[in-house]
Amino acid sequence: MAKVSLLKQRAAADRIGRFGDYGGRYVPETLMAPLDELTRAYDKHRTKRAFKRRLTDLLQDYCGRPTPLYHAKRLSERLGGAQIYLKREDLLHTGAHKINNAVGQALLAVEMGKERVIAETGAGQHGVATATAAALLGLQCCVFMGSEDMRRQRLNVHRMRLLGAEVRPVESGSRTLKDATNEALRDWVTHVRNTHYIIGSVLGPNPFPRMVRDFHSVIGIEASRQLKKKIRRAYPDVAIACVGGGSNSIGLFSAFLDEPRTRLIGVEGGGRGQQLGDHAARFDGGTLGVLHGTRTLVLQDSDGQVMETHSVSAGLDYPAVGPEHVFLHDAGRVEYTSATDDEALAGFHLLAETEGILPALESSHAIAEVMERAPRLTSDKVVLVNLSGRGDKDVESILEEEEKRRAQGTEAEPPRPRPHGDPS
Amino acid sequence: MSAISEVFERCRREKRAAFIPYITAGDPDLETTGELLGALASGGADLIELGVPFSDPIADGPANQRAASRALASGTHLSGIFEVVARHRAAVGVPILLFTYFNPIHARGLERFAEQARDSGVDGVLCLDLPPEEAEAEYLPVMRKSGLDTIFLLAPTSTRQRIKKAAAASTGFVYYVSRTGVTGTQGELPENLMKEAKAVRRKVKMPLAVGFGVTTPEQVATIAKVADGVVVGSALVRLVEEHGGTPELPGILEQRVKELTAPLHGGG
Ligand SMILES: Cc1ncc(COP(=O)(O)O)c(C=O)c1O
Repeated sequence: MAKVSLLKQRAAADRIGRFGDYGGRYVPETLMAPLDELTRAYDKHRTKRAFKRRLTDLLQDYCGRPTPLYHAKRLSERLGGAQIYLKREDLLHTGAHKINNAVGQALLAVEMGKERVIAETGAGQHGVATATAAALLGLQCCVFMGSEDMRRQRLNVHRMRLLGAEVRPVESGSRTLKDATNEALRDWVTHVRNTHYIIGSVLGPNPFPRMVRDFHSVIGIEASRQLKKKIRRAYPDVAIACVGGGSNSIGLFSAFLDEPRTRLIGVEGGGRGQQLGDHAARFDGGTLGVLHGTRTLVLQDSDGQVMETHSVSAGLDYPAVGPEHVFLHDAGRVEYTSATDDEALAGFHLLAETEGILPALESSHAIAEVMERAPRLTSDKVVLVNLSGRGDKDVESILEEEEKRRAQGTEAEPPRPRPHGDPS
Repeated sequence: MSAISEVFERCRREKRAAFIPYITAGDPDLETTGELLGALASGGADLIELGVPFSDPIADGPANQRAASRALASGTHLSGIFEVVARHRAAVGVPILLFTYFNPIHARGLERFAEQARDSGVDGVLCLDLPPEEAEAEYLPVMRKSGLDTIFLLAPTSTRQRIKKAAAASTGFVYYVSRTGVTGTQGELPENLMKEAKAVRRKVKMPLAVGFGVTTPEQVATIAKVADGVVVGSALVRLVEEHGGTPELPGILEQRVKELTAPLHGGG
């Protein structure tokens, strides 16, 4: 049976801005012409030698690419199964993979003659990355952040401000990433003529999902080359990454989509329970909907009201997932699972203690999945994990979280009420 | 001819612009919404835009955001909105247009939404985040089949081609967004608005309504010179916010609509 190449299907999807039934462009009219302009600019520059050279130079000399591929021997030994390799995106400038995309889009903004960039941020990593790229390229920068996230990620708020960015607190809704995205979109609608919106994940209207993915595809390309050097085959048996909007995961997976010997696993934020509102596992409790310009899986009630989500990690705390992930799920190519808050915290500690690496809470979800899987594999198998960011930003909230748990004896938190649910 | 088209036809004969007020359904609760529909009509509304509250209103400013939150907090569901329209549409006597984001329609299912809207007496639908491109394949045929008017938006950033597209997909009228921005801006009308609205109106060859940030009778009068309809939203929503829950609210709203429509009838 002839197997259809997913990369070929993707090329076709990119041309129409839709991954099968997912994606598209559901935005107010004001943004439609600017999105056309952005699409033209991106398609022109992404293949241009001058643009590619500038981006590559910045990624190397400024951001610190290529990032190392590290054989985590002590972790592998402790788990007693497969050999675990970490793709060290945590060692990038600003501490997470987010800078790959922020620098790429900021360069494009300059090419388009925009003088201001805006961003939404949850964990603060994308905000810091955008503030950094803006400082580097002389752009004005405004970052929207839910006030709850500002509390959870206080350090990153200071970092952004030190970089010269304005951080605007968002007080609506659950005061997290979704609400920050609403506010960023409102700002963009208002200032679209001089402002580019640097969306932080593979979300939003076309062309954002494919553009952000392309800027992160360097992760998988490098990892494949590095594996080839280290283990003499360019693919792992299993590749694992956490999935917020889905940018670090798709950046890693892209290199292996057409490699049938690699299992691809995305890990969502399982939060504190299975009730709607207590987690951010879109592949578990989500239904098809339209949020922030794209048609995808959304955690929502039967009336189409988007639900609040919960994850210990601000970067995974979002009710929708990138549309291409839903396509890859339907195609049976990527498996999606989730790790709970507690499992992620255990992952955090294990990596810290065995390897001397503090992972971001987002990335700790991927480590939690490794803890599940690696012991069940033989020692000749190779598991590649995207360590999407470092955990310095999370130290304070981890202490606070564990304090809370100790005080309560367990982790029991009262379930949040579900606001809606159409009886009809 | 649809009820919405008839409104514009009648206004054309009367040589005046149509007045189109907006309120959010369920703000502060659905029972009040029923009364407010009557008050708007008595005050002089030619057509009413009824907002479907949504959790993530990206095209709305703070006033409409708060209205949506109040409506959702009071337990407003789409089915309840249809019931209120069904109960009041005949007595109100002016066409009702649902002003909504796409997700509530999507969640209901296009066919079911269209049937229920039509059966309740809704006359048309304006979907804020559904551009003509995304509407062509499924939305338009389904709405047409149910006899619902589909109104699309134009904005200052719309290109000539997009103006054509929106006009081709619209029935009843086309809605011109007065500024790049969200609903509820207060203060002066944008400088170029009159020129831009005139240019758009020449190109669309169907009634053109203008809205976003229109708050005073003077502004209504100004826009009425270049448009076939004037929409006032947040300015009324702020009144609902201020007087919600008091028995005076319908009277206050009616009075305000009278003031806003006075210039259209040669008064003011
Ligand atoms: C370190 C890190 N990893 C992962 C994520 C989740 O985003 P995505 O799924 O787009 O990679 C974030 C988002 O803030 C992050 O900061």
